[in-house]
Amino acid sequence: MHMADALLSPAVGGTMWALSAGSIAYCSARVRRELDDRKVPLMGVLGAFLFAAQMINFTIPATGSSGHLGGGLLLAILLGPYAAFLTISSVLVVQALFFADGGLLALGCNIFNMGLIPAFLVYPLVYKRIAGPTPGRTRLTAATMASAIVCLQLGPLGVVLETVFSGVSALPFSTFALLMLPIHLAIGVVEGAATVAIVTFVHKARPELIQEALGERPAVHRPLRTVLIAFAAAALLTGGILSGFASKNPDGLEWAIARVTGAETLKGPEQGLHAVMTALQARTAFLPDYSFKSADSRPKSSASGSLGTSVSGVVGGVMTLAIVFLSGFLLKRRIW
Amino acid sequence: MCSIDGTLLDFKYLDRLADGDTAIHRLDPRAKVLVTLAFVVSVVSCGKYDLTALFPFFLFPVFMITLGNIPGLYLAKKIAIVIPFAVMVGMFNPLLDRQVMLQVGSLGITGGWISFASIVVRAVLTVGAALALVAVTGFPGICAALERLGMPQPFAVQLLFLYRYIFVLTEEGGQMARARELRTFGARGRGIGVYGSMIGHLLLRTWMRAERIHMAMLGRGFSGVFHTRRQFCFGVRETVFCLGWGLFFITARLVPVAHLLGTLVGF
Repeated sequence: MHMADALLSPAVGGTMWALSAGSIAYCSARVRRELDDRKVPLMGVLGAFLFAAQMINFTIPATGSSGHLGGGLLLAILLGPYAAFLTISSVLVVQALFFADGGLLALGCNIFNMGLIPAFLVYPLVYKRIAGPTPGRTRLTAATMASAIVCLQLGPLGVVLETVFSGVSALPFSTFALLMLPIHLAIGVVEGAATVAIVTFVHKARPELIQEALGERPAVHRPLRTVLIAFAAAALLTGGILSGFASKNPDGLEWAIARVTGAETLKGPEQGLHAVMTALQARTAFLPDYSFKSADSRPKSSASGSLGTSVSGVVGGVMTLAIVFLSGFLLKRRIW
Repeated sequence: MCSIDGTLLDFKYLDRLADGDTAIHRLDPRAKVLVTLAFVVSVVSCGKYDLTALFPFFLFPVFMITLGNIPGLYLAKKIAIVIPFAVMVGMFNPLLDRQVMLQVGSLGITGGWISFASIVVRAVLTVGAALALVAVTGFPGICAALERLGMPQPFAVQLLFLYRYIFVLTEEGGQMARARELRTFGARGRGIGVYGSMIGHLLLRTWMRAERIHMAMLGRGFSGVFHTRRQFCFGVRETVFCLGWGLFFITARLVPVAHLLGTLVGF
């Protein structure tokens, strides 16, 4: 499920962009340093393969509907995390540009949800743990299936969190999560079945491909630790930035919580991490009252409540649109 | 079935639009990428109830589409295809946010509807800008621009490789899907068993193809970098383009253009 620009706030989008860009830089450096250049065309062509594979459907028994492959996990199994992450990211870039899946700002979120999570969380922590160093067919199946389901629970959870933190949608966390996660449990099973089918085929036809990827880096502990540290740092950073926005701007998660449970319960988190974060933010904020939102909030309050939504705003809005499209029309007529 | 071919055709069409030769096409890709990113950030940074503040931003995609000579209807269709996710999530806003914010006669419009409309408008704007960027710049141009702007080089090579082989492999996949379609009866033969071995074969063939490509590339002296003769020059036109649009976005964000226009007419 691709996150969309329209639901994102700049803070969330920017943070995820920074996180994803950092991971791409790190993985690029690793791929350049460690892998033989045989992997270069392989990564590119496998990315293209993913496009082809996503277009082919299969029927899901007893439901009448059809499913197709997502493919992030398959790439991680075949290529190992670093190369797989770059390949998935490149596929997402093409999807964002040509198919407008997601969007440019949401690209960071999408790379995180569909690239970082399968390659650096699920692959080392679920797949490798279950599959072990030399997996037989049963272990391979179990590992693939479990990883697919975990991937497709964590990814949508990322979408839900990003949406809720952005505060553009009014959906509260619990409702949105309840909408997304069960659907993606089913999608995860389908994805798992498709990945298992392909992986077992490859395992039968050319077992060395899967073995190679598994045995490539026996010492997985060091990179894993680096990744976890990076995650912790990113989480702190995200928490710092997001809590700043969330506390200033109560129409996101807190607003929803306040609405659902009553305002008193909001006092709870004030003692924990939230209090630390707000204290930190109060100290670090260089414009204490309004930092980013001031531009649109201040004139709003001065013009008796809602300036952007008054009648003059509506009329003017229609006029703006008319002028914009008319100017486009004129430009076209004059030049072409 | 024909949907695969249709998707591919659509994809190629968008790709071919970048071959145009207009003033917009000739601009340095870096300028276009930077301005589009600035555009997306400014659109997204508007408050969730600031519906009318979004309208001036339509100028940018309209400008790119008209001057870049992109068929607007085609782009509109493409935008319509991808909007449903935003609409689906946004649809809950009118249900959850029922505070009346605007009275038009006896009709009260709630904040939820306004924020829903703003989500849809944002989606149209951001998706339209991204598609317009590809249509006037082309994928290799965007990759080159991003690389010049600091994208790691292995990732740039990866993107270019991917782009080169998408057409080859999707065509191959389409052929396989058609062959399967012709040999199936109803749902028989379309299940997961056939699917697994079919995609598995495609995967293995792809893998072997990659090895052949690699050898062919080594034979031609590939050293990990694509060398292109593309000339970059960030000249006066690019500077004017960036500064002009930058100023416009800032103005549109700070000044309530629509509201001022409305007051001007006397509402």
